[in-house]
Amino acid sequence: MLVDIQNLKIGFKSRTGFHQAVKGVSLKLGTEKLGIVGESGSGKSLTARALMKLLPKSTVIEADTLAFDGIDVLSASERQMRQIRGKRAGFILQDPKYSLNPVKTIGAQVAESWRTHKGGSRREALEAAVNLLEQVQIRNPQVVAKSYPHEVSGGMGQRVMIAMMLAPDPELLIADEPTSALDATVQAEILRLIEELVAERGMGLLLISHDLPLVSHFCDRVMVMYSGRVMEELKASELLSAKHPYTRGLLNCMPSLIHPKDRLPVLARDPEWLK
Amino acid sequence: MLSSVILTLFGLTVLTFLIGRVMPVDPVIAAVGDNAPEDVIIRARAEMGLDQPLPIQFLHYLNQLAHGDFGMSVLTKNPVATDIARFFPATFELATAALLLSIVIGIPLGVWAAVRQGSITDQAIRVLCLAGHSVPVFMLSMISLLIFYSALGIAPGPGRQDIIYDGMIEPVTGLLSIDTLIAGDLDAFWDALTHMAQPVIILAYFSMAYIARMTRAFMIDALKGEYVITARAKGLTGLKVVWSHAFPTVAVQLITVIALTYAGLLEGAVVTETVFAWPGIGQYLTTSLMNADMNPVVGSTLLIGFIYVGLNLLADILYRLLDPRVQ
Repeated sequence: MLVDIQNLKIGFKSRTGFHQAVKGVSLKLGTEKLGIVGESGSGKSLTARALMKLLPKSTVIEADTLAFDGIDVLSASERQMRQIRGKRAGFILQDPKYSLNPVKTIGAQVAESWRTHKGGSRREALEAAVNLLEQVQIRNPQVVAKSYPHEVSGGMGQRVMIAMMLAPDPELLIADEPTSALDATVQAEILRLIEELVAERGMGLLLISHDLPLVSHFCDRVMVMYSGRVMEELKASELLSAKHPYTRGLLNCMPSLIHPKDRLPVLARDPEWLK
Repeated sequence: MLSSVILTLFGLTVLTFLIGRVMPVDPVIAAVGDNAPEDVIIRARAEMGLDQPLPIQFLHYLNQLAHGDFGMSVLTKNPVATDIARFFPATFELATAALLLSIVIGIPLGVWAAVRQGSITDQAIRVLCLAGHSVPVFMLSMISLLIFYSALGIAPGPGRQDIIYDGMIEPVTGLLSIDTLIAGDLDAFWDALTHMAQPVIILAYFSMAYIARMTRAFMIDALKGEYVITARAKGLTGLKVVWSHAFPTVAVQLITVIALTYAGLLEGAVVTETVFAWPGIGQYLTTSLMNADMNPVVGSTLLIGFIYVGLNLLADILYRLLDPRVQ
């Protein structure tokens, strides 16, 4: 089991009190593709970031189990976490415009990721970086390696991000809304790329998204989150015929070209869901 | 960019020229004394070109400037350019040493405070910087002299060097710490260093406080960036995330802060120079001003203005060179 999370709770202290954002989430993940869907603020990203211990120090994290491949993340030191981050689990963020360092060349950023975990000389790392850029289907990797992030498009930036996170050959890839900031046509290309690489390398994938049809096509299993809780977990192929009223509500809110509605329904929230 | 620099410099020249003319002192009286007979005064006025209309005087002034001529100082009886060449290196030495010290200490302190935002460390650095920026420099200077020179006797008194070394060192660069090394006189070098120590540390404390505060503010912003999460997710060490990912993005902004601090040190050392009897441009400027000797005042003001514009231009150029986002 790559990821084992039992009863995860994440909260933030503020001046006025304590806010519980994630309220007891459990999930298991092996070498498969798990999608997490839910509206903004449902705790999807927090859950993923807690697994990598990437949340600010002031965050209060509790769990019965929070383990990556048997390693207890809650008690792991920074040094142990650095052996997981990047090396064993890659993390793709939403918008390459902000998630790539603006003053370093693309080649340097990918090479750094490779060299941190694999060692070797600067030159070897740069060669490996160019090779990786080629693997994510960038046409002229030599040129792109010398460019800065602001000089490339969003889709290209996300390919660079993927190359960077795959450099140390991780076993798990966490993708936090990897296509939300991209154009629709580019979205499909990036997802296809992720799918190919995950299959090729036999990795586990945790895909966070709020695009339900996308997740149902792309993943093996889907977890639906609402307000820091898991509403239901089901096979991805069954997502579009889900029974839970929250999931049904989300599905009903999607506009359709085939059956257009004059006015999209508003999600009716049932306090019962939070019990 | 270049045209705006030229325009600024021209404006500065006009302004300093006018200041020199509208000051309620008569440079002729200042030169010949107020007991001089009428015909001497008239002759002197004609010699100084002050009987001409203002525009003609200005053209004449520009022509002089173009030839590096700032006029004569009544007080020192030297050309102002010669005086400045003699006094400026002392200020330059003080300001440069203070700037380097304040960068070396201020930037790491600011980064440290930002990384530990809200902690005891951050608070301590905040108090240290607040004190540095709000206690007047002349007060620190006098307290320092009282303690280290007068009471403890471990620091030398005011001045650039002990009287025994006076005139012994051949001026090459005008920077005493370097000239003594060129002369190979280590005792004189040590003497120069100890004389510099107090004013340099006090000036550096003041500018360090500003650099540290600005670094902290920039870094807090940078550390919130998504690319910092990316860097951590890559498995980099905390030091690498801070210094090799967050810091380079603020380095560019810091250049402007440092350039302005340097300019401020070069012209703002007047008070420190006075307390420590440091023979620099600030002292030259104030002494001349007190004696209504206008050529040195205008000349020094112009020099300081040129330094400001020059450093700004340098910061702009570095900005373009270092930040790939700026074209």
